[in-house]
Amino acid sequence: MLSNRHLSGWLLAAPLALVLVVFLVAPIVMITVVSFWGATEWSIYPAFQFDNYAFLFGSEVTYRVFLNTLKYAVITWVFTLLIGFTVAYFLAFHVRSLTWQIALFLLCTIPFWTSNIIRMISWIPFLGRNGLANSTLISWGVIDEPLEWLLFSDFSVILAFVHLYTLFMVVPIFNTMMRIDKSLIEAAVDAGATGWQTLWHVIIPLTKPGIMIGTIFVVTLVMGDFITVRFMSGSQSANVGRMIQNDIGLLQYPSASATAVILLITVLMVIALLLRLVDIRKEL
Amino acid sequence: MARDLDLEFVSLTKRYGDTIAVDAVSYHFGAGTYACLLGPSGCGKSSTLRMVAGHESVSDGSVLLGGRDISHLPPAKRGTAMMFQNYALFPHLSVADNVAFSLKMKGVDAAVRARHAGEMLELVDMSGFADRLPAQLSGGQQQRVALARALITEPDVLLLDEPLSALDPFLRIRMRAELKRLQRELGITFIHVTHGQDEALALADEIVVMNDARIEQAGPTRAVFDAPKTAFVARFLGSHNVIALAEGKVAVRSDALRIGAPEGAQLQGKITNIEYQGTHVSLTAAIAGAQEVTALLSDKDFFGAPKDLGEAVGLNWDSQAAHALSA
Repeated sequence: MLSNRHLSGWLLAAPLALVLVVFLVAPIVMITVVSFWGATEWSIYPAFQFDNYAFLFGSEVTYRVFLNTLKYAVITWVFTLLIGFTVAYFLAFHVRSLTWQIALFLLCTIPFWTSNIIRMISWIPFLGRNGLANSTLISWGVIDEPLEWLLFSDFSVILAFVHLYTLFMVVPIFNTMMRIDKSLIEAAVDAGATGWQTLWHVIIPLTKPGIMIGTIFVVTLVMGDFITVRFMSGSQSANVGRMIQNDIGLLQYPSASATAVILLITVLMVIALLLRLVDIRKEL
Repeated sequence: MARDLDLEFVSLTKRYGDTIAVDAVSYHFGAGTYACLLGPSGCGKSSTLRMVAGHESVSDGSVLLGGRDISHLPPAKRGTAMMFQNYALFPHLSVADNVAFSLKMKGVDAAVRARHAGEMLELVDMSGFADRLPAQLSGGQQQRVALARALITEPDVLLLDEPLSALDPFLRIRMRAELKRLQRELGITFIHVTHGQDEALALADEIVVMNDARIEQAGPTRAVFDAPKTAFVARFLGSHNVIALAEGKVAVRSDALRIGAPEGAQLQGKITNIEYQGTHVSLTAAIAGAQEVTALLSDKDFFGAPKDLGEAVGLNWDSQAAHALSA
């Protein structure tokens, strides 16, 4: 009977384990292996050498691109957090009826019925040199010349990131906020706390796990992205994803793999750091 | 001075749309009273309490504390403090920080805060738990912390919303004694909302029985219990029989009923149930008009002249033990 239960336990775990091995573990192992291979202009050969890593760490471009990627992640994080927290706060504490809460929450998700790329591209006619934003500002007399930095700049990249990923902040924060007992807010008010004090001393500390989950979503998505940076910067800015994409375009798979391994390690370190700050286990 | 802190409701009303939750309730609580608002769920007792605390807006009428209209002041400026039903302790703060929360909001510095919180924890006998988180405490301990947190604001009136309902029966009786002791020591007014009549009787100097958004009867606890004015009050307080007689409904306490021979008794009935309760025996008898009455006899009286199920008995009471009911 005992061995039977043992067997059924393994069998129950097997399907998920199989999926994870095939689609997660195996590709990572493959990439790691290939990252040690060698390459010439026209060929790739199996080997175990550190040339790719040596080149990566020896090049000043690598550091610049990684720094740029982190910059995108941090700035996007700040904006998605501010907007996401505000939206979630409004939904959770200012909208009184559950029906309205659900309705407004669904409204937030509607843009997600469209593909990322379409939502990204739709910014282009808006932000372009002769786009809607520039012509409106000129007709209002705010500016005389079209603003050049609206499109194909860090501004447009971050704008697109914020647009694409704010919902990933709203959902977990809203979820945590809905679990806050409303009588805690009353207790804070009873103790003489002002609105801001209640926010700072009660709501934010209790929302931390949600903020952390949203942060992990946004940071990993931004750090792994290449398509948004390509479209919105007009190929004028680079992040790590773009670097890998370029290498793949040149069939430099070992070099691309090495960059991917370093990116993976960087992201995992960031997440490890975040998890040390806040315990999210009680949320899961 | 004590007069200055009387709490008074003046036609206090709460409406939610078309429904009236509290209907023009007026009452005067002397300072330093332990008062219970007693009633079934949905009778408006919690809404009343929340209006006093300031967590619910007053639709009409007013709440006066020491002659000052506090109906529209923010909760912390009223001189009241509330203890919530589920205690509402901040889960991310230690016991000491929970208790010191209001001081921190006022900007009192850390050393003073810690000392003051320490004193409060001593008052509720929780000194050893200052560094724990609420989740690491039992229900009774959480309640003591909630009490300390409410009392640190030095309120003139402490409002307790069903404070004992989350505790197991044994603990409930212990915390009951604790609440009474605290109220005696502090000498402030306690307004305690409950639906348990035993709790109200055990604690209150004055009880306010509410039903259907109105005060059904209010006054000193013994006066209300001894002479219920309506059938609702008699039934809700328990230990009373509501008997419909030719001259109208009366309430008679179960322990005021005497069992005797059926001949010549005020009421004749047949015993339908006998329940031994240790010090007492509870006899239920069916009487005319498909009514049931319960008589509570001391075990000595019952076993001196034991009765059997189905036996015909007579029920008698002194005329001053019967209270005519208005409804």
